[in-house]
Amino acid sequence: MKRFRFNQQEIVFAVFALLFLVFSIFLNGFLTAENMLTLLQNVAVLGILGLAMAIVVIGRGIDISLIAALAVPPGLVLQMVQNGHSLPLSLLTAVLITIAFGLVNGWLIAYAEVPSLFATLATGLLLAGLGQAALFQLDVVQWSSGMNGFERLGQGTILGIPTSIVMFAIACIVVAVLLRQTRWGAYIYAIGDNPYAARVTGIPSRPIIVLQYVVAALIGCFAGLVMAASVNSMPTRVFNSTLIYDVILVVVLGGIGLSGGRGGVLNVIIGTLLIGTMLNGMTIMDISYAGQNLIKGVVLLLAVITDSFLNPRNEETAQQGDI
Amino acid sequence: MRDTITSLRYRYWPDHLLGEILSKRWTETAIPVILLLIVGFAFSRSIDNFLSPASLADTARQAGEIGFIALGLALVVIVGGIDLSVGSIFALTDFCALYLLDVAGWPVPAVVIATLLCGALLGAVNGVLVGYLRLRAFITTLITLIIYRSAYDLLIQRYSNAIASAFPDIPSWDFIGAGSVLGIPTVALAYIVIAIFGHIFMTRLRPGWHITAIGGSRRSAYNSGIPVRRTIALCYVASGVLTSIGALFFASRLGTVGGDIGVGLEVIVLTATVLGGITLGGGKGSVAKSAVGVLIVLLITNGLTTMNARGGVNRMALAGILLVAAMVDIRWQKNRTRIISKVYVAPTYHELPPPPPTEIGQGGPFEQNDKLRDVEAIGLGRIEAPEDVILDRHDNLYAGSRHGDIMRFLAPDYQKMEVFAHIGGQPLGMAFDREDNLYVCIGGMGLYRIKPDGTVEKATDETNRSLRSVNDDSRLRLADDLDITDDGLIFFSEATVRYEMDEWPIDGLEARGNGRIISYDTKTGTTRTELRGLKFPNGICVASDGQSILFAETFGCSIKRYWFAGPKKGAVEVVMDNLPGYPDNINLASDGNYWLALVGMRSPSLDLAWKMPGFRRRMAKRVPVDEWLFPNINTGCVVKFNEQGKIVESFWDLHGENHPMITSMREHRGYLYLGGILNNRIGRYKLDNADPNFVQYDKRWGKQS
Repeated sequence: MKRFRFNQQEIVFAVFALLFLVFSIFLNGFLTAENMLTLLQNVAVLGILGLAMAIVVIGRGIDISLIAALAVPPGLVLQMVQNGHSLPLSLLTAVLITIAFGLVNGWLIAYAEVPSLFATLATGLLLAGLGQAALFQLDVVQWSSGMNGFERLGQGTILGIPTSIVMFAIACIVVAVLLRQTRWGAYIYAIGDNPYAARVTGIPSRPIIVLQYVVAALIGCFAGLVMAASVNSMPTRVFNSTLIYDVILVVVLGGIGLSGGRGGVLNVIIGTLLIGTMLNGMTIMDISYAGQNLIKGVVLLLAVITDSFLNPRNEETAQQGDI
Repeated sequence: MRDTITSLRYRYWPDHLLGEILSKRWTETAIPVILLLIVGFAFSRSIDNFLSPASLADTARQAGEIGFIALGLALVVIVGGIDLSVGSIFALTDFCALYLLDVAGWPVPAVVIATLLCGALLGAVNGVLVGYLRLRAFITTLITLIIYRSAYDLLIQRYSNAIASAFPDIPSWDFIGAGSVLGIPTVALAYIVIAIFGHIFMTRLRPGWHITAIGGSRRSAYNSGIPVRRTIALCYVASGVLTSIGALFFASRLGTVGGDIGVGLEVIVLTATVLGGITLGGGKGSVAKSAVGVLIVLLITNGLTTMNARGGVNRMALAGILLVAAMVDIRWQKNRTRIISKVYVAPTYHELPPPPPTEIGQGGPFEQNDKLRDVEAIGLGRIEAPEDVILDRHDNLYAGSRHGDIMRFLAPDYQKMEVFAHIGGQPLGMAFDREDNLYVCIGGMGLYRIKPDGTVEKATDETNRSLRSVNDDSRLRLADDLDITDDGLIFFSEATVRYEMDEWPIDGLEARGNGRIISYDTKTGTTRTELRGLKFPNGICVASDGQSILFAETFGCSIKRYWFAGPKKGAVEVVMDNLPGYPDNINLASDGNYWLALVGMRSPSLDLAWKMPGFRRRMAKRVPVDEWLFPNINTGCVVKFNEQGKIVESFWDLHGENHPMITSMREHRGYLYLGGILNNRIGRYKLDNADPNFVQYDKRWGKQS
């Protein structure tokens, strides 16, 4: 009997294929080289963010502050270069801030035991507020001549493939190696599957949880750099957008259950393709921003409901206050 | 000199209050209130006109609107969830009200009702998803936040011009928004009314208790038959309705449908809720906490706005406060009991002179002997923990047991044992009244009366609360022993008001006067505290003069007399002090003297430790309970003393084989019956030269046939 049951990955992939086919046939301008490039470029940033989120979700957490990590440190790089600092110094500062931010997140969640959604909601606001109040002069940080050459991170092609896609691929490989080939990756799965059991078996749960958030923040920062390079500026108001919901959509639709311990890089890729196609199609159909959000919200809700049936919460290991 | 200073310091400095205050539930509300006062004071000093009537009225209007939303969120958080969609529900219901009023032209009452319904509907969506489908509250309401928000954006794209161009001039609508009664804005009044109702609802009504129970433990609530899913769903509905009330007032005050209405509102309200001390994860919270949190957050955001802070600063401040408050709250909830148990024990200075000698060959009234070696055991292995024993006038023997029963051994051979009455708490001291009712002190429960047919009735379990006590001392924690006067007045001791029965050695370690003597009038049914500040009062016996009682202070190592009638009424006088052991029950002897049980003998180490309160406090903080100093209760004796406080005779069991510990004894027809709270038997000892016809009941109440 088992042979006839599809798993979630296959279903989502089938939906993606169907959607792609329908859009190609019925939407003018969908299946053009130019549009495919835009689609892939948009998808690349989303996909990299999805990888960051996947690491955290597999460890039974969630990171709402990813968009702050995407917007603020890369924005700072642009701002510092604009103010006359050298590019390497600016990059170093941004990376240090990102690591510090990840450490704060991880500490709050692992040591202070604040629920992850709650902690990252607040730290995201904190970092975005910091950027708004102290770091940036304008909401959109402009490209300056000191950054020349850096745009190749997001533009152009390598061996005929758009660079941003290559970046996504590199990120995928790095994360896949981290999750599947290293001991830390195995620990993340163990913690996500059953935190108490992981702790009892001697896994250093708390440091690993901190590590998850640091890695997630670093990947978020990387995504921001790719994004800034591809559009030659950093619109820091992206924090106020609904990008984070797209990221959650990618992860949940891809089949990484919110109850942790399941899924991998492949799920992120599939989820990214589906969401990228959906968003692109909606843009071509000229659905308003609010309308797109409405549709995304409903899809996400359906995805979460389905997820709760496919991966029900483990009542034995669900914590009081795990809201 | 040093001892004097120590003794004064411990006599006048109330160490015990810290632990008692921390263990009060209102301290969790007190901290936000103090924070509110500090914030209010700081801003009123740094900003002019911060506390002017106009500014206050403006704050009150905002506080009312946000307060309603915070009440809804409080409800949802207490039930164990969270509602992030309140900002969007606020925007949508605001739109709903203005659309119906300005575009559709509905009358005001219909608009109000429709808006409330709209809020209920939006909340119901959350309720069904979280309550019935059991989705995660955080992620679900985050999604509905974005769905509702985009719905709102779509709607205002279409209708904002129509709404903006309408200028309805309806007095009742304006009154909702801008009116005031006696200078108090309508919204604040409405908030106060609903908040008072909310307080009563949460603390006095069944659904409110259900909500708290579900938040405390969802599974236990389900197992005890509470409709968990429905209650949770209804909480979200209530949150939607309360949010729509806030939106109604907002709509009537400003009448706009701007694009950023309600954006970020959930963070403000959430900060207020957490800052007020409503625990994330549920089970704890109150209306007062919610109100205080809202005020603090509003003062801070308004203060920052007046000080011209940049937009990001406001955001950072809110997020920072939210994080710190959540962290403090989570750590406190986790470590609360541990912190309290560390500071609760507050030893005090207690000095006793060196005890009189008891060793063989040293002479003196307490000189050890081996008279009790041949004690015969009744009910060996069949009874547990007979603290007190008593015999009725038909020679039957009664004793309490650890299982919450009064056991009866039938005369004449005391072989047959039966349960005379089941009470449920551990019976301690016992006494018969004139009508053969057995009055029993039950540890943790109070004073109970058992009729001759075995029916159990509560006599009293509370007394007047003393005004200066922080702990609620109106309930009886450890009623210990009693006796009944000729007028039907029952005097009974309560050993300690600070500890439960199983923690009695800790009270000894503290050596503070925590006990009291209470009277219960069988005629009027009133209970009154007679004496306070006694060091573990224990045995009580009405003296032969009928005007005073003798009582033992276990850790005071003394016997005192208290006159409840006659010329010396109210006076307390020492009968014996500096006993070599810890006195327990006192009872009449056939020759007019009194029997006294010494439950354990003093030891030099505890005597010394009693003079060193700091040492004992460090011990209580750093050493696990099992390693604490413990009053010795391994060896004890029975002594007989006379009216003047002279020891007449003492009875010892040197090897402690037949009757290891003694907490009580009764003389009956030439025998002494011994009880011990850690024993599995009742002892029976043949007295020489005792009146073979002595029956305590007959002597006390006059012989009845």
